[in-house]
Amino acid sequence: MDSVPVNGVLRSRLIETTIMALEYDGGVVIGADSRTTTGAYIANRVTDKLTPIHDRIFCCRSGSAADTQAIADVVTYQLGFHSIELDEPPLVETAANLFRASCYRYREELTAGILVAGWDRRKGGQVYCVPIGGMLVRQPVSVGGSGSSYIYGFMDSNYKPNMTKDQCLELTAAAVSLAMERDGSSGGVVRLASISKDGVERRVILGNQLPKYSTH
Amino acid sequence: MEKRSVDSRVRGVSTGTTILAATFDGGVVIGSDSRASIGGEYVSSKTINKVVQVHDQIFCCMAGSLADAQAVTKAAKFHLSFHSVQMETPPLVIAAASVLQELCYNNKEELQAGFITAGWDRKKGPQVYVVPLGGMLVGQPVTIGGSGSTYIYGYVDAKYKPNMSREECLQFATNALALAMGRDNVSGGVAHLVVITETGVEHVVVPGNKLPKFHNE
Repeated sequence: MDSVPVNGVLRSRLIETTIMALEYDGGVVIGADSRTTTGAYIANRVTDKLTPIHDRIFCCRSGSAADTQAIADVVTYQLGFHSIELDEPPLVETAANLFRASCYRYREELTAGILVAGWDRRKGGQVYCVPIGGMLVRQPVSVGGSGSSYIYGFMDSNYKPNMTKDQCLELTAAAVSLAMERDGSSGGVVRLASISKDGVERRVILGNQLPKYSTH
Repeated sequence: MEKRSVDSRVRGVSTGTTILAATFDGGVVIGSDSRASIGGEYVSSKTINKVVQVHDQIFCCMAGSLADAQAVTKAAKFHLSFHSVQMETPPLVIAAASVLQELCYNNKEELQAGFITAGWDRKKGPQVYVVPLGGMLVGQPVTIGGSGSTYIYGYVDAKYKPNMSREECLQFATNALALAMGRDNVSGGVAHLVVITETGVEHVVVPGNKLPKFHNE
Protein backbone atom coordinates (compact mmCIF):
# COMPACT_ATOMS: atom_id res chain seq x y z
CA MET A 1 0.00 0.00 0.00
CA ASP A 2 1.39 3.42 -0.69
CA SER A 3 0.21 6.37 1.29
CA VAL A 4 -1.33 9.45 -0.20
CA PRO A 5 -1.79 12.35 2.16
CA VAL A 6 -5.47 13.27 2.10
CA ASN A 7 -6.41 16.27 4.23
CA GLY A 8 -3.13 15.85 6.04
CA VAL A 9 -3.89 12.25 7.05
CA LEU A 10 -1.95 9.37 5.53
CA ARG A 11 -4.14 6.69 4.02
CA SER A 12 -2.76 3.35 2.96
CA ARG A 13 -3.28 2.27 -0.60
CA LEU A 14 -2.45 -0.93 -2.35
CA ILE A 15 -2.79 0.08 -6.03
CA GLU A 16 0.70 -1.01 -6.87
CA THR A 17 0.49 -4.76 -6.89
CA THR A 18 0.38 -7.74 -9.22
CA ILE A 19 -2.55 -10.17 -9.10
CA MET A 20 -3.54 -12.89 -11.51
CA ALA A 21 -6.19 -15.56 -11.98
CA LEU A 22 -6.53 -18.33 -14.58
CA GLU A 23 -9.13 -20.99 -15.31
CA TYR A 24 -8.20 -24.56 -16.05
CA ASP A 25 -10.36 -27.59 -16.68
CA GLY A 26 -11.57 -28.42 -13.20
CA GLY A 27 -10.73 -25.26 -11.28
CA VAL A 28 -8.83 -22.02 -11.06
CA VAL A 29 -5.33 -20.90 -10.09
CA ILE A 30 -4.77 -17.51 -8.47
CA GLY A 31 -1.56 -15.69 -7.61
CA ALA A 32 -0.30 -12.42 -6.16
CA ASP A 33 2.82 -10.67 -4.92
CA SER A 34 3.08 -9.73 -1.23
CA ARG A 35 4.18 -6.13 -1.00
CA THR A 36 2.22 -3.37 0.70
CA THR A 37 3.83 0.06 0.57
CA THR A 38 3.21 3.23 2.52
CA GLY A 39 4.97 5.72 0.30
CA ALA A 40 8.51 4.43 -0.05
CA TYR A 41 8.29 2.24 3.05
CA ILE A 42 7.19 -1.34 2.67
CA ALA A 43 4.61 -1.64 5.41
CA ASN A 44 4.10 -5.36 4.94
CA ARG A 45 6.41 -7.53 2.85
CA VAL A 46 4.41 -10.72 3.35
CA THR A 47 0.87 -9.50 2.68
CA ASP A 48 -1.80 -12.00 1.78
CA LYS A 49 -3.80 -10.50 -1.06
CA LEU A 50 -5.72 -13.70 -1.75
CA THR A 51 -8.79 -13.53 0.46
CA PRO A 52 -11.30 -16.35 0.96
CA ILE A 53 -14.91 -15.36 0.46
CA HIS A 54 -16.41 -18.82 0.74
CA ASP A 55 -15.20 -22.41 0.80
CA ARG A 56 -14.40 -22.52 -2.91
CA ILE A 57 -14.41 -18.82 -3.80
CA PHE A 58 -11.49 -16.42 -3.39
CA CYS A 59 -10.82 -12.85 -4.38
CA CYS A 60 -7.54 -11.15 -5.34
CA ARG A 61 -7.37 -7.57 -4.09
CA SER A 62 -5.74 -4.51 -5.66
CA GLY A 63 -6.41 -0.85 -5.00
CA SER A 64 -6.95 0.68 -1.62
CA ALA A 65 -6.32 -1.88 1.10
CA ALA A 66 -8.99 -0.40 3.33
CA ASP A 67 -11.59 -0.32 0.56
CA THR A 68 -10.94 -3.86 -0.61
CA GLN A 69 -10.93 -5.29 2.89
CA ALA A 70 -14.23 -3.57 3.66
CA ILE A 71 -15.85 -4.78 0.43
CA ALA A 72 -14.57 -8.30 0.93
CA ASP A 73 -16.02 -8.37 4.46
CA VAL A 74 -19.40 -7.19 3.21
CA VAL A 75 -19.48 -9.71 0.38
CA THR A 76 -18.38 -12.55 2.67
CA TYR A 77 -21.31 -11.78 4.93
CA GLN A 78 -23.81 -11.43 2.10
CA LEU A 79 -22.62 -14.60 0.39
CA GLY A 80 -22.64 -16.62 3.60
CA PHE A 81 -26.21 -15.56 4.32
CA HIS A 82 -27.29 -16.31 0.74
CA SER A 83 -25.67 -19.74 0.87
CA ILE A 84 -27.54 -20.66 4.07
CA GLU A 85 -30.83 -19.51 2.55
CA LEU A 86 -30.16 -21.55 -0.57
CA ASP A 87 -28.93 -24.52 1.44
CA GLU A 88 -26.19 -25.18 -1.09
CA PRO A 89 -22.75 -23.74 -1.98
CA PRO A 90 -23.00 -20.38 -3.75
CA LEU A 91 -22.09 -19.79 -7.39
CA VAL A 92 -18.93 -17.89 -8.30
CA GLU A 93 -21.04 -15.69 -10.52
CA THR A 94 -23.14 -14.71 -7.51
CA ALA A 95 -20.04 -13.69 -5.56
CA ALA A 96 -18.79 -11.71 -8.54
CA ASN A 97 -22.10 -9.92 -8.87
CA LEU A 98 -22.10 -9.03 -5.19
CA PHE A 99 -18.65 -7.49 -5.61
CA ARG A 100 -19.79 -5.66 -8.66
CA ALA A 101 -22.89 -4.31 -6.94
CA SER A 102 -20.85 -2.74 -4.14
CA CYS A 103 -18.07 -1.51 -6.43
CA TYR A 104 -20.48 0.09 -8.87
CA ARG A 105 -22.80 1.67 -6.32
CA TYR A 106 -19.95 3.31 -4.46
CA ARG A 107 -17.71 3.83 -7.48
CA GLU A 108 -17.06 7.51 -6.62
CA GLU A 109 -15.72 6.73 -3.17
CA LEU A 110 -13.90 3.48 -3.81
CA THR A 111 -10.62 2.49 -5.40
CA ALA A 112 -10.84 -1.26 -5.76
CA GLY A 113 -9.78 -3.62 -8.53
CA ILE A 114 -10.79 -7.17 -7.70
CA LEU A 115 -10.48 -10.58 -9.36
CA VAL A 116 -13.06 -13.12 -8.17
CA ALA A 117 -12.14 -16.74 -8.80
CA GLY A 118 -13.50 -20.06 -7.65
CA TRP A 119 -15.16 -23.35 -8.43
CA ASP A 120 -18.83 -24.28 -8.36
CA ARG A 121 -20.80 -27.29 -9.47
CA ARG A 122 -22.66 -25.60 -12.26
CA LYS A 123 -19.89 -24.05 -14.35
CA GLY A 124 -16.67 -25.40 -12.86
CA GLY A 125 -13.70 -23.06 -12.55
CA GLN A 126 -14.46 -19.40 -13.32
CA VAL A 127 -12.60 -16.10 -13.17
CA TYR A 128 -14.45 -12.79 -13.06
CA CYS A 129 -12.80 -9.40 -13.29
CA VAL A 130 -14.29 -6.41 -11.41
CA PRO A 131 -11.98 -3.48 -12.18
CA ILE A 132 -12.11 0.07 -10.82
CA GLY A 133 -15.48 1.54 -11.80
CA GLY A 134 -17.49 -1.60 -11.22
CA MET A 135 -17.60 -3.47 -14.53
CA LEU A 136 -18.02 -7.23 -14.46
CA VAL A 137 -16.62 -9.53 -17.10
CA ARG A 138 -15.71 -13.19 -17.13
CA GLN A 139 -12.31 -14.01 -18.64
CA PRO A 140 -10.36 -17.27 -18.80
CA VAL A 141 -7.27 -15.39 -17.65
CA SER A 142 -7.03 -12.01 -16.00
CA VAL A 143 -4.24 -9.91 -14.53
CA GLY A 144 -4.54 -6.80 -12.37
CA GLY A 145 -2.67 -4.18 -10.43
CA SER A 146 0.13 -1.89 -11.56
CA GLY A 147 2.55 -4.74 -12.17
CA SER A 148 0.15 -6.29 -14.64
CA SER A 149 1.05 -3.89 -17.47
CA TYR A 150 4.47 -5.49 -17.75
CA ILE A 151 3.17 -8.99 -18.24
CA TYR A 152 0.41 -8.55 -20.81
CA GLY A 153 2.79 -9.52 -23.59
CA PHE A 154 4.07 -12.52 -21.63
CA MET A 155 0.54 -13.68 -20.84
CA ASP A 156 -0.71 -13.22 -24.41
CA SER A 157 2.12 -15.34 -25.76
CA ASN A 158 2.22 -18.02 -23.07
CA TYR A 159 -1.40 -18.68 -22.16
CA LYS A 160 -3.10 -21.44 -24.08
CA PRO A 161 -6.56 -22.75 -23.36
CA ASN A 162 -6.85 -26.21 -21.75
CA MET A 163 -3.70 -26.16 -19.65
CA THR A 164 -3.28 -28.48 -16.69
CA LYS A 165 -3.27 -27.29 -13.11
CA ASP A 166 0.51 -27.58 -12.79
CA GLN A 167 1.09 -25.67 -16.01
CA CYS A 168 -1.17 -22.91 -14.70
CA LEU A 169 0.70 -22.76 -11.41
CA GLU A 170 4.02 -22.53 -13.21
CA LEU A 171 2.76 -19.85 -15.55
CA THR A 172 1.32 -17.79 -12.68
CA ALA A 173 4.53 -18.03 -10.67
CA ALA A 174 6.60 -17.02 -13.71
CA ALA A 175 4.36 -14.11 -14.62
CA VAL A 176 4.15 -12.69 -11.10
CA SER A 177 7.94 -13.00 -10.74
CA LEU A 178 8.50 -11.12 -14.00
CA ALA A 179 6.15 -8.36 -12.89
CA MET A 180 7.83 -8.17 -9.49
CA GLU A 181 11.18 -7.73 -11.17
CA ARG A 182 10.03 -4.71 -13.13
CA ASP A 183 7.40 -3.08 -10.93
CA GLY A 184 8.92 -1.27 -7.97
CA SER A 185 5.71 -1.60 -6.02
CA SER A 186 5.36 -5.36 -6.35
CA GLY A 187 7.69 -7.71 -4.56
CA GLY A 188 8.28 -10.07 -1.66
CA VAL A 189 7.04 -13.61 -2.13
CA VAL A 190 4.63 -15.13 -4.62
CA ARG A 191 1.46 -16.49 -3.07
CA LEU A 192 -0.43 -19.09 -5.08
CA ALA A 193 -3.68 -20.93 -4.55
CA SER A 194 -5.53 -23.49 -6.61
CA ILE A 195 -9.25 -24.07 -6.14
CA SER A 196 -11.13 -27.11 -7.40
CA LYS A 197 -13.95 -29.35 -6.33
CA ASP A 198 -11.54 -31.09 -3.96
CA GLY A 199 -10.81 -27.91 -2.08
CA VAL A 200 -8.17 -25.20 -1.84
CA GLU A 201 -4.42 -25.72 -1.94
CA ARG A 202 -2.21 -22.79 -0.99
CA ARG A 203 1.49 -22.36 -1.45
CA VAL A 204 4.18 -19.72 -1.14
CA ILE A 205 7.27 -19.31 -3.29
CA LEU A 206 10.00 -17.48 -1.41
CA GLY A 207 12.26 -14.85 -2.95
CA ASN A 208 15.25 -17.11 -3.43
CA GLN A 209 13.13 -19.84 -5.04
CA LEU A 210 11.61 -17.61 -7.70
CA PRO A 211 12.40 -18.42 -11.33
CA LYS A 212 15.37 -16.40 -12.56
CA TYR A 213 15.57 -14.63 -15.88
CA SER A 214 18.39 -13.30 -17.99
CA THR A 215 19.50 -10.10 -16.31
CA HIS A 216 20.16 -7.25 -18.73
CA MET B 1 4.15 9.25 -32.24
CA GLU B 2 1.80 11.94 -31.04
CA LYS B 3 1.91 15.68 -30.95
CA ARG B 4 3.26 16.83 -27.66
CA SER B 5 0.52 17.47 -25.14
CA VAL B 6 0.48 21.10 -24.06
CA ASP B 7 -1.46 20.30 -20.92
CA SER B 8 1.04 20.94 -18.15
CA ARG B 9 -0.98 18.83 -15.72
CA VAL B 10 -0.23 15.75 -17.79
CA ARG B 11 2.91 14.21 -16.42
CA GLY B 12 5.04 12.81 -19.21
CA VAL B 13 4.15 12.69 -22.85
CA SER B 14 2.90 9.31 -23.95
CA THR B 15 5.09 8.22 -26.85
CA GLY B 16 2.68 6.39 -29.10
CA THR B 17 5.09 3.81 -30.36
CA THR B 18 6.90 0.56 -29.69
CA ILE B 19 10.60 0.30 -30.51
CA LEU B 20 13.18 -2.30 -29.67
CA ALA B 21 16.66 -3.52 -30.43
CA ALA B 22 18.40 -6.78 -29.54
CA THR B 23 21.85 -8.22 -30.14
CA PHE B 24 22.34 -11.75 -31.39
CA ASP B 25 25.37 -13.81 -32.25
CA GLY B 26 26.98 -11.78 -35.03
CA GLY B 27 24.61 -8.86 -35.37
CA VAL B 28 21.75 -6.81 -34.09
CA VAL B 29 18.04 -6.48 -34.88
CA ILE B 30 16.33 -3.12 -34.52
CA GLY B 31 12.63 -2.62 -35.10
CA SER B 32 9.51 -0.55 -34.56
CA ASP B 33 5.80 -0.36 -35.29
CA SER B 34 4.49 2.05 -37.94
CA ARG B 35 1.68 4.05 -36.40
CA ALA B 36 1.61 7.81 -35.93
CA SER B 37 -1.38 9.09 -33.99
CA ILE B 38 -2.75 12.41 -32.85
CA GLY B 39 -3.77 12.30 -29.23
CA GLY B 40 -4.47 8.60 -29.41
CA GLU B 41 -7.70 9.32 -31.30
CA TYR B 42 -6.77 9.54 -34.93
CA VAL B 43 -4.15 7.53 -36.76
CA SER B 44 -2.39 10.08 -38.91
CA SER B 45 -0.16 7.53 -40.59
CA LYS B 46 -0.34 3.76 -40.75
CA THR B 47 2.98 3.22 -42.40
CA ILE B 48 5.60 5.55 -41.07
CA ASN B 49 9.11 4.19 -40.70
CA LYS B 50 10.57 5.01 -37.32
CA VAL B 51 13.84 3.23 -38.03
CA VAL B 52 16.27 5.75 -39.46
CA GLN B 53 19.67 5.09 -40.99
CA VAL B 54 22.31 7.42 -39.57
CA HIS B 55 25.26 5.68 -41.22
CA ASP B 56 25.98 2.63 -43.35
CA GLN B 57 25.73 0.13 -40.51
CA ILE B 58 24.18 2.24 -37.76
CA PHE B 59 20.44 2.74 -37.37
CA CYS B 60 18.34 4.42 -34.76
CA CYS B 61 14.71 4.25 -33.70
CA MET B 62 12.87 7.29 -32.49
CA ALA B 63 10.26 7.68 -29.79
CA GLY B 64 8.53 10.79 -28.55
CA SER B 65 7.68 13.91 -30.48
CA LEU B 66 8.09 13.15 -34.17
CA ALA B 67 9.23 16.68 -34.97
CA ASP B 68 11.93 16.66 -32.31
CA ALA B 69 13.12 13.20 -33.27
CA GLN B 70 13.43 14.04 -36.95
CA ALA B 71 15.31 17.25 -36.21
CA VAL B 72 17.74 15.48 -33.92
CA THR B 73 18.41 12.61 -36.31
CA LYS B 74 19.02 15.03 -39.16
CA ALA B 75 21.62 16.85 -37.07
CA ALA B 76 23.12 13.57 -35.89
CA LYS B 77 23.44 12.26 -39.46
CA PHE B 78 25.35 15.36 -40.43
CA HIS B 79 27.68 15.24 -37.44
CA LEU B 80 28.36 11.56 -37.98
CA SER B 81 29.17 11.80 -41.66
CA PHE B 82 31.50 14.72 -40.96
CA HIS B 83 33.17 12.77 -38.16
CA SER B 84 33.55 9.76 -40.39
CA VAL B 85 35.20 11.82 -43.14
CA GLN B 86 37.60 13.37 -40.65
CA MET B 87 38.53 10.03 -39.13
CA GLU B 88 38.68 8.31 -42.54
CA THR B 89 36.94 5.31 -41.07
CA PRO B 90 33.33 4.32 -40.44
CA PRO B 91 32.11 5.68 -37.10
CA LEU B 92 31.71 3.52 -34.03
CA VAL B 93 28.18 2.77 -32.84
CA ILE B 94 28.98 4.42 -29.54
CA ALA B 95 30.02 7.54 -31.43
CA ALA B 96 26.58 7.69 -33.05
CA ALA B 97 24.91 7.17 -29.70
CA SER B 98 27.10 9.85 -28.13
CA VAL B 99 26.19 12.34 -30.81
CA LEU B 100 22.52 11.74 -30.06
CA GLN B 101 23.18 11.91 -26.36
CA GLU B 102 24.92 15.25 -26.60
CA LEU B 103 22.09 16.71 -28.64
CA CYS B 104 19.47 15.35 -26.24
CA TYR B 105 21.27 16.36 -23.06
CA ASN B 106 22.26 19.86 -24.11
CA ASN B 107 18.74 20.60 -25.29
CA LYS B 108 16.88 18.62 -22.66
CA GLU B 109 14.54 21.48 -21.77
CA GLU B 110 13.16 21.83 -25.26
CA LEU B 111 13.26 18.27 -26.57
CA GLN B 112 10.90 15.36 -25.99
CA ALA B 113 12.62 12.57 -27.86
CA GLY B 114 14.24 9.28 -26.92
CA PHE B 115 16.33 7.00 -29.14
CA ILE B 116 17.59 3.49 -29.44
CA THR B 117 20.78 3.20 -31.49
CA ALA B 118 21.96 -0.11 -32.86
CA GLY B 119 24.64 -1.10 -35.27
CA TRP B 120 27.80 -2.98 -36.05
CA ASP B 121 31.37 -1.71 -35.99
CA ARG B 122 34.79 -3.28 -36.30
CA LYS B 123 35.88 -2.56 -32.76
CA LYS B 124 33.10 -4.08 -30.65
CA GLY B 125 30.83 -5.83 -33.12
CA PRO B 126 27.07 -5.60 -32.63
CA GLN B 127 25.90 -3.12 -30.00
CA VAL B 128 22.72 -1.48 -28.74
CA TYR B 129 22.59 1.83 -26.90
CA VAL B 130 19.62 3.67 -25.48
CA VAL B 131 19.35 7.44 -25.04
CA PRO B 132 16.09 8.16 -23.21
CA LEU B 133 14.50 11.54 -22.48
CA GLY B 134 16.98 13.63 -20.55
CA GLY B 135 20.07 12.41 -22.34
CA MET B 136 21.47 9.43 -20.44
CA LEU B 137 23.46 6.88 -22.43
CA VAL B 138 23.39 3.19 -21.54
CA GLY B 139 24.55 0.16 -23.49
CA GLN B 140 22.45 -2.97 -23.11
CA PRO B 141 22.17 -6.29 -24.96
CA VAL B 142 18.45 -5.72 -25.47
CA THR B 143 16.26 -2.72 -24.93
CA ILE B 144 12.68 -1.63 -25.56
CA GLY B 145 11.05 1.79 -25.62
CA GLY B 146 7.90 3.76 -26.33
CA SER B 147 4.44 3.46 -24.81
CA GLY B 148 3.90 -0.06 -26.09
CA SER B 149 7.03 -1.29 -24.36
CA THR B 150 5.43 -1.51 -20.88
CA TYR B 151 3.35 -4.48 -22.04
CA ILE B 152 6.32 -6.50 -23.21
CA TYR B 153 8.81 -6.10 -20.35
CA GLY B 154 7.78 -9.46 -18.96
CA TYR B 155 7.97 -11.13 -22.37
CA VAL B 156 11.40 -9.67 -23.17
CA ASP B 157 12.80 -10.55 -19.73
CA ALA B 158 11.59 -14.11 -20.08
CA LYS B 159 12.37 -14.75 -23.73
CA TYR B 160 15.60 -12.89 -24.55
CA LYS B 161 18.76 -14.96 -24.37
CA PRO B 162 22.21 -13.62 -25.29
CA ASN B 163 23.84 -15.13 -28.42
CA MET B 164 20.71 -16.31 -30.17
CA SER B 165 20.84 -17.10 -33.85
CA ARG B 166 19.70 -14.57 -36.44
CA GLU B 167 16.39 -16.34 -37.07
CA GLU B 168 15.62 -16.74 -33.37
CA CYS B 169 16.32 -13.08 -32.74
CA LEU B 170 14.21 -11.96 -35.68
CA GLN B 171 11.33 -14.13 -34.46
CA PHE B 172 11.76 -12.79 -30.94
CA ALA B 173 11.65 -9.18 -32.16
CA THR B 174 8.63 -9.81 -34.40
CA ASN B 175 6.75 -11.51 -31.56
CA ALA B 176 7.57 -8.73 -29.12
CA LEU B 177 6.36 -6.05 -31.52
CA ALA B 178 3.21 -8.02 -32.31
CA LEU B 179 2.40 -8.46 -28.63
CA ALA B 180 2.91 -4.77 -27.90
CA MET B 181 0.83 -3.71 -30.89
CA GLY B 182 -1.89 -6.06 -29.69
CA ARG B 183 -2.20 -4.30 -26.36
CA ASP B 184 -1.21 -0.67 -27.02
CA ASN B 185 -3.75 1.29 -29.01
CA VAL B 186 -1.23 3.87 -30.21
CA SER B 187 1.13 1.26 -31.66
CA GLY B 188 0.19 -0.70 -34.75
CA GLY B 189 0.42 -1.11 -38.48
CA VAL B 190 3.35 -3.09 -39.82
CA ALA B 191 6.51 -4.18 -38.10
CA HIS B 192 9.65 -2.59 -39.54
CA LEU B 193 12.77 -4.56 -38.74
CA VAL B 194 16.39 -4.06 -39.76
CA VAL B 195 19.05 -6.73 -39.32
CA ILE B 196 22.62 -5.38 -39.18
CA THR B 197 25.62 -7.66 -39.39
CA GLU B 198 29.24 -7.40 -40.45
CA THR B 199 28.29 -8.14 -44.03
CA GLY B 200 25.54 -5.58 -44.36
CA VAL B 201 22.04 -4.46 -43.67
CA GLU B 202 18.70 -6.17 -44.39
CA HIS B 203 15.24 -4.65 -44.10
CA VAL B 204 12.33 -6.88 -43.16
CA VAL B 205 8.77 -5.59 -43.18
CA VAL B 206 6.05 -7.76 -41.67
CA PRO B 207 2.58 -6.57 -42.68
CA GLY B 208 -0.19 -6.54 -40.10
CA ASN B 209 -1.93 -9.65 -41.33
CA LYS B 210 1.29 -11.68 -41.34
CA LEU B 211 2.17 -10.82 -37.75
CA PRO B 212 2.11 -13.76 -35.33
CA LYS B 213 -1.24 -14.18 -33.64
CA PHE B 214 -1.53 -14.91 -29.96
CA HIS B 215 -4.33 -16.12 -27.76
CA ASN B 216 -6.63 -13.18 -27.26
CA GLU B 217 -9.36 -13.52 -24.67
